[in-house]
Amino acid sequence: MKVAVLKGGRSLERGVSLRSGARVEDALERLGHELLPIDVGSDLVKRLVAEGPDVAFVAMHGIGGEDGTVQELLEILGIPFTGPSAAACARCMDKVQAKDAIDEAGLPTPDWFAFNQTAFREFGAADALGRLEQTLGFPLVVKPSRGGSSLGVKFARSPGEVPQALVSAFSYDDRVLLERFVDGRELAVSILGDKPLPVVEAILLEGDRYDFEARYEIGRTRFACPAELSSEEERAVTEAALDTYRALGCSGFARIDLILNDEGPWLLEANAIPGLTDTSLLPQAAESAGLSFEALVERILDLALTPQGVS
Amino acid sequence: MAEVPEPTHRRRSHAGTRDLERYAGLFAERTTVMRSSAMRDLMAITARPEVISLAGGLPDTSTFPPQSFAAQMTRIAQESAAEALQYGPTEGFEETKDCILEVMGAEGMLPDPDDIIVTTGGQQGIDLVTKTLVDPSDVVICEAPTYPGAVPVFCSYQADVVQVECDEDGMDVDVLEQLLGELRSEGRRPKFIYSVPSFQNPAGVTMSFERRQRLVELARANEILVVEDNPYGLLRYGGEPMPPLYQLDGGDFVIYIGTFSKILSPGIRLGWTVAPPPVLEKIGLGKQATDLCTSTLTQYFVREYFAERRWQHYIDDLVEIYRERRDIMIEALRNHFPAEATWTEPDGGLFIWATLPDYIDTSDLLAKALRADVAFVPGQAAYVDGRGRHSMRLNFSGVTAEEIREGVRRIGEVISEQVELYGTLTGEHRVPEPAQEEKPNVVPFRKAEGA
Repeated sequence: MKVAVLKGGRSLERGVSLRSGARVEDALERLGHELLPIDVGSDLVKRLVAEGPDVAFVAMHGIGGEDGTVQELLEILGIPFTGPSAAACARCMDKVQAKDAIDEAGLPTPDWFAFNQTAFREFGAADALGRLEQTLGFPLVVKPSRGGSSLGVKFARSPGEVPQALVSAFSYDDRVLLERFVDGRELAVSILGDKPLPVVEAILLEGDRYDFEARYEIGRTRFACPAELSSEEERAVTEAALDTYRALGCSGFARIDLILNDEGPWLLEANAIPGLTDTSLLPQAAESAGLSFEALVERILDLALTPQGVS
Repeated sequence: MAEVPEPTHRRRSHAGTRDLERYAGLFAERTTVMRSSAMRDLMAITARPEVISLAGGLPDTSTFPPQSFAAQMTRIAQESAAEALQYGPTEGFEETKDCILEVMGAEGMLPDPDDIIVTTGGQQGIDLVTKTLVDPSDVVICEAPTYPGAVPVFCSYQADVVQVECDEDGMDVDVLEQLLGELRSEGRRPKFIYSVPSFQNPAGVTMSFERRQRLVELARANEILVVEDNPYGLLRYGGEPMPPLYQLDGGDFVIYIGTFSKILSPGIRLGWTVAPPPVLEKIGLGKQATDLCTSTLTQYFVREYFAERRWQHYIDDLVEIYRERRDIMIEALRNHFPAEATWTEPDGGLFIWATLPDYIDTSDLLAKALRADVAFVPGQAAYVDGRGRHSMRLNFSGVTAEEIREGVRRIGEVISEQVELYGTLTGEHRVPEPAQEEKPNVVPFRKAEGA
């Protein structure tokens, strides 16, 4: 089969994407597929039309590759592709949209407020900060609405730290959200087709929580897979993740990140195209379920060709 | 004859997570401090052709005449092919040392050729000196900010790195003296003080004569070595020449690291270290273990190049080009950076260090800048302790005049947007004004930075 591997692109996560792509290409080659590696640029459509691949493996992260843009093009060109549909990708990428959908489905997600730059620049939204800080309490988390890998995610421990955190978050996106900080165990549930894979727990060995550096460095975060959970906890966590997957309309695969504490699971976000690097969580979860990386890649391809996501 | 089976795969498979865990148990302790960084990931984007990168540190090698390069390499091939392709002595060829003596002589230094070892770039000098002197948890003192490429070297030998604040006159020697006193009272003797005294990377500042003298005196009085890294000394565009620390000290307590990278070519990977004989002997043993000898071929190239007697003219040419680029960058900074920003105006070297208001984190700003297709090095890279978050390093040597103007304009624009945003967030509604031409002397380091 002729498989186009879409990777790179212009997003801030280009580096991660190139690593995901390289690893996928290795696996595809070993599986005996014909490879068409594409570092995505302005010639994407031309190349896809000229080469006519049977299927596209989207190994892109961040804006452009994970937000439905590339998926939309593939849908128009009629090329089957891996991972969720364009619409689902767009919902997952935008944390505000995703939280809206999660909330509407009646699933627990930490309280939040979202703002775009215009609100601050033109409508004096800064005057509302005090009120919402009271609602959310401290510390609170400031995140760019679209962005992955914890880029631009900041903690504000007091009102004085909020403006600076907002300036940082607005460096990544024109919309940011302020979210109540929920303390607890950091879990990720990867879903393949309609099956949840074993839960992964990220245990940070040093430094601040949610640190971009820690996520991609061997030795700074320890991952427990499967996470040590009671059967009751595990059921609650995987059910919440599956419900979220459905609420967002995902298919193929996705990774749901959540926090577990005494009150139960709190849904944070969904990653439409989770990382596939050596240190990424989806491959770890698959391996823990007995799926080698090659088997995982093959399964992802199958799902792209015969969509059977939960609907 | 038995047939050799065709290899089944072009590339080896990447490790699975379980493999990674298995290897993790084998890694040396020191690798836990050898880190790749988010910044390096972001830097993956600077490779795109549409990005104007002021993040590099590259000399402009396009000015080197190709016909001269061709003639030299041809001469080597015709006259000394067998020798040039052979191993050489670990300490380097005498002829290479003659070239080094010429370069050091141009800055007033006259070392004994026996005190010189030729290295694979100046970077290997830093590595070998650290390898020779530093045990885990030994103290190494360096400037704040320091050369970003030295940080991973010190870390990989598990040094306890202590950084001493710089101002426009280089490392603050008063702070250094106080630090040495504190360390002494703790019973700790630092192994060496690393400094780039002239046209420092990244700050662009030059250590004053008075501080040079005091630094050398402090080293002597405390019997501590100073490692003087001087890649840019001959790239001077203004100001008076300063005597290198090596010259002031006479080579007793100063180890000198030089390089051909910035005055000829970084691609030939040729540098040198000058050290007192007992230290040099250990460095030589270390080098033997690392790579036996420095490239013979490139040492032959340098020999041929110096025989043409044009090397100083080439530096003169570079100085003209870089001076103009520096001036263009300073002018662009005045035109496009908001009044809240400060920057250094270096008398030489390749870099300008700009500092922004303390509510702007330059690592995050880089993300925004990259969307505007421009890149710089966030200041954090020059610190071991997370400081430098509000500064950035800008390179002017490896980019054209037009790229400098446009690059600085783009960075200025994203900074101004953030300044304005912060103003609206704090109710101060500041509208950024461009820095004025008649702006009083530019202050290189703001107070907030040194806290």
